[in-house]
Amino acid sequence: MIRLRRFLKDYVILLIIGPLCKLTEAVLELFIPLVTADIIDNGVLKGNADYVISHGLLMVAMGALGLSFALVCQKSASVTSQGFGTKLRNAMFRHINSFSHAELDKIGTPSLITRMTSDINQLQLAVAMLIRLVIRAPFLVIGALVMACTIDLKMSLIFFVASPLIAFVLYIVMNRSVPYFKDMQKKLDRVSLLSRENLSGNRVIRAFNKQEEDEAVFEKANRELADTSARVGRISALLSPVTYVISQAAIIAIVWFGAVKVNVGQLQTGEIIALVNYMTQILLAMIVVSNLVVIFTKAFASASRVNEVFDTQPSVTEKTNDTIDTVSGAPAVEFRNVSFGYGDGGDAVKDISFTARKGQTIGIIGGTGSGKTTLINLIPRFYDPRKGEVLVNGINAKEYSFRQLRGNMGIVPQKAVLQSGTIRSNLLWGNKNADDEKINKALKISQSYEFVSKLPEGTDSEVTAGGGNFSGGQKQRLTIARALVGDPEILILDDSASALDMATDAALRRELAAIKGMTVFIISQRVSAVRDSDKILVLENSELVGQGTHKELLENCELYREICISQGAEKQ
Amino acid sequence: MKKLKRKPIEEKTLPRLLKYCRPYMGQIAAALIFAVIYVGLNLIAPVLVGYAIDNAIGPGKVDFAAVGSLLLGVGVAAVCSGVFQWLMNMCTNTVVYFTVRDLRRLIYIKWSTVPLSVIDRTPHGDLISRMINDADSVGDGLMQGITQLFSGIVMIVCTLVFMMYISVTIAIAVVIITPLSMFVAAFITKISRKQFLKQSQLQGEISSYVDEYIGQQKLVKAFVYEERSYEDFAEINERLRVCGQKSQWYSSLANPSTRFVNSLVTSAVTILGSLSVLGGSMSVGSIATFITYANQYTKPFNEVTGVIPQIQAAMAGAKRIFEFLDSEDMSEEPESCEENRHLKGNIDIENVSFSYTPAKKLITNFNLHVKAGQRIAIVGPTGCGKTTLINLLMRFYDVNSGTVKIDGKSIYDMSRNDLRSNYGMVLQESWLYNASVRDNIAYGRPDADIDEVKAAARKAHIHHFIERLPDGYDTIITEEGSNLSQGQRQLICIARVMLCNPPMLILDEATSSIDTRTELRVQRAFTEMMKGRTSFVVAHRLSTIKEADIILVMKDGNIIEQGDHLSLMKSRGFYYKLYNSQFAANR
Repeated sequence: MIRLRRFLKDYVILLIIGPLCKLTEAVLELFIPLVTADIIDNGVLKGNADYVISHGLLMVAMGALGLSFALVCQKSASVTSQGFGTKLRNAMFRHINSFSHAELDKIGTPSLITRMTSDINQLQLAVAMLIRLVIRAPFLVIGALVMACTIDLKMSLIFFVASPLIAFVLYIVMNRSVPYFKDMQKKLDRVSLLSRENLSGNRVIRAFNKQEEDEAVFEKANRELADTSARVGRISALLSPVTYVISQAAIIAIVWFGAVKVNVGQLQTGEIIALVNYMTQILLAMIVVSNLVVIFTKAFASASRVNEVFDTQPSVTEKTNDTIDTVSGAPAVEFRNVSFGYGDGGDAVKDISFTARKGQTIGIIGGTGSGKTTLINLIPRFYDPRKGEVLVNGINAKEYSFRQLRGNMGIVPQKAVLQSGTIRSNLLWGNKNADDEKINKALKISQSYEFVSKLPEGTDSEVTAGGGNFSGGQKQRLTIARALVGDPEILILDDSASALDMATDAALRRELAAIKGMTVFIISQRVSAVRDSDKILVLENSELVGQGTHKELLENCELYREICISQGAEKQ
Repeated sequence: MKKLKRKPIEEKTLPRLLKYCRPYMGQIAAALIFAVIYVGLNLIAPVLVGYAIDNAIGPGKVDFAAVGSLLLGVGVAAVCSGVFQWLMNMCTNTVVYFTVRDLRRLIYIKWSTVPLSVIDRTPHGDLISRMINDADSVGDGLMQGITQLFSGIVMIVCTLVFMMYISVTIAIAVVIITPLSMFVAAFITKISRKQFLKQSQLQGEISSYVDEYIGQQKLVKAFVYEERSYEDFAEINERLRVCGQKSQWYSSLANPSTRFVNSLVTSAVTILGSLSVLGGSMSVGSIATFITYANQYTKPFNEVTGVIPQIQAAMAGAKRIFEFLDSEDMSEEPESCEENRHLKGNIDIENVSFSYTPAKKLITNFNLHVKAGQRIAIVGPTGCGKTTLINLLMRFYDVNSGTVKIDGKSIYDMSRNDLRSNYGMVLQESWLYNASVRDNIAYGRPDADIDEVKAAARKAHIHHFIERLPDGYDTIITEEGSNLSQGQRQLICIARVMLCNPPMLILDEATSSIDTRTELRVQRAFTEMMKGRTSFVVAHRLSTIKEADIILVMKDGNIIEQGDHLSLMKSRGFYYKLYNSQFAANR
């Protein structure tokens, strides 16, 4: 949690002012029993009514002063804690943005969401409490101790026994509940995961009539969460009763030994009252502390989950931020003996070498799971190869900044997903400065112009999350348009036309081929989609088993011939 | 953010929330009883202390026997009070966590009883935020509310009684001043309520944004969109900050203000008390007791106002939860009936009209008659509305007019589950869940043994893939299924249907990401499975289309032609053009 203090650095002044004000308020509060004792001893016992009234009014004035200090503190607390949470969320979002897919898989999106919301809320609350109470409560305790000492040194021994005892109880409870809090947040993650799954698979669940079973699974996770929470609750439930009993024992001691001293004339009755009041004050402060303990134990658990995110280092990082010079005349993309595999698994692509010249169209064909997507993921450096190197414009992809490398590429992923907003806002992903002309051009090339222009609001039509209000084919075409708006030098289509009918598909490819100087990679299952390519790569079981034109491959690649025959496309 | 449809009657949030606590009435009652005992004992202790002090007024005038027995009483009271407070805490715990659990379960169940359109249209992050954040706030608020309010109210009542007993005038003074603090608190609560609701909404917005953008990191990377998504996020976050700061500030005013009022009370007690001692109507010890009481009396007010922020956040969260729980359910449906679970598959679609929004007409006056076992191919340009037809057949959406009958019986006279159990469906986007491959395949028939699962996997030509996975059939599929390729995921979905063996099939571009050689094998298995079963196939492949009994040609959401391949070719309409363009593309 201490490591997160960097997010507080803009609030240092408030962090000091807030608790200071609270402290002043607490000092005023501490004087009240003293004033009370004074009123009793000097006013009541001496029969002085004026003294009672004037000092009574002093108490009121102290209260008003206390209020104004408290307000300053509250304001500082709200500004600081909310500012802290906001900065933390921003930083976390930015950090997550630097993750590659490997890291995202490791933590999981639902867990990231709970960390970003629930955990940060917890920390925010802790910061507010830090300002409002953390200084005040211990101060009240210490202050009460000091006051007790000034009244009677020997009597204060009782305070020095009771206070550490209470602190010890706090420590035990905190120590016991921390592991449970962590466990609790984990269970909450699971509830969140199941929720997300239910929502994304809602249609399938209904189709299979699985609502009840699905609810049973959820209910189990939900119950575990409740049980864990209740278990922590049982530990925390001990806190205030135990501290209460200890403080009452101390009060008994005070009155007894106080009475002894009063009897021999070493102590006044009013002073016993003051001591009892200080003990009560310590108890009240300790109750606050015990609430704080719960909040902070939760915050500690949350902090470690937040730090876990910050500690996760992206596996793919930039070497530079600058734009570097490329080698003129070099191939647009070149693979030299590239191998790559996910995690600790075997190679997903093995020893791949090929070149793609500027302006060429490269087709990639092969069975499901043969490594096609993996191969093209290495071009924009979503992953780094295990062996060999990937060169873009003659320079190793690792040497580029992400902006230069990926900014020159248009990538259309296999799964067509749009973001919520409008069609236009989606298309501006590729190039935020694109004008209507550019947008319309991209829509035309991607064969989406017709259906978009028929929408009542055209390019300003709403897109819901994921693009759910468009059909699969429409989404695919819009994702292609999105990639084209940026005028990419390299366009990568990862089986992006699978939901298109053949006529639309053919028209799309014709338009793409007509763009000068753009290198295009097309992954497809259909021979018809790749047969006109300048070069076709044939993949099988992670290996490149053939490369060449359609004609060449028909002659010398057995697998390619088989694929063609299976699609009735073996004729030239 | 879309507003959810609400039922006309809107209950107040708090009474409604308490209704959900009803199953735990026993614990609540117990908590209340324990609270009374604990508070009562808690109040007796200072009285005894006061008496003890009264027995020690000066040198040589201390009655040790009396002090001793009174202090013993304090000890007993303290221990008992502690025990009952502990018991009260335990009961509260149960009530709170179980109520939150119940709320979460209700939300979850609601997800499968609302019309699918609600799930399709509401951002998922927002729904999840109601489930996670809002329910959490309700829990926090309830916990604070019950413990503080309960003991608070009991404390106030008991203290009042005790004070009356000691001195009526002073007690009345206290009673007159304190409502002031309640008034201040109520006023502050009112201003901050709006901010809290807004804050809760913004939390939902943040969750939606994170859900969407973190979920699509690859895309963000591909478009070097990091900076821009960060800016957007920071913008929402900033709005949350402003609103959060306001709500926190306003609500945190309550506590110092009431404390100020309370310090006024203490001062008043001290002055009045001292004066009455001077007047001879009270003992010195009573003042000590009285001050303790005045403190004790005002403490619950302090505590109650101290937890106002949490309670307000809880109310805002509860309101959003209830808003969702109140959204309209799917229409009533008849009881499930065994007979409806085994239909033959004669389908009659009569005069059906449908559109998602009234503004945009889609299907109008559509008629189709399918005999059991026939194969229907749905073709048309991309985005022509093929998915819509499936939504209607499976009753994910209801028709606007007309009806759909199976075996002569309207599907609106069957339960949805009965209807759907007759369909096997493979959707465009393959959905798998976070469990083993085996569980995923056996999704529709959890009782299937491993051999049946394997047989289905073999039929779907995915068996060998699965065997090669690190844990075979026990391999856990990660959330987004990223350890499997799209094609493999789809094959698992096919195996899932293969295992169920339903009388009717719906295949929605199911083979689009499978390589053609695998597909050939899958096609053969499908053909085998389609025998004797009514099947709707959304397909682009020529062979599937040609072999179909009926081809539905769709364009712009409407069915414009139907018939078999030959008759459609003869009529030289849209299908003819489509066929030729495909043929041209293949050449």
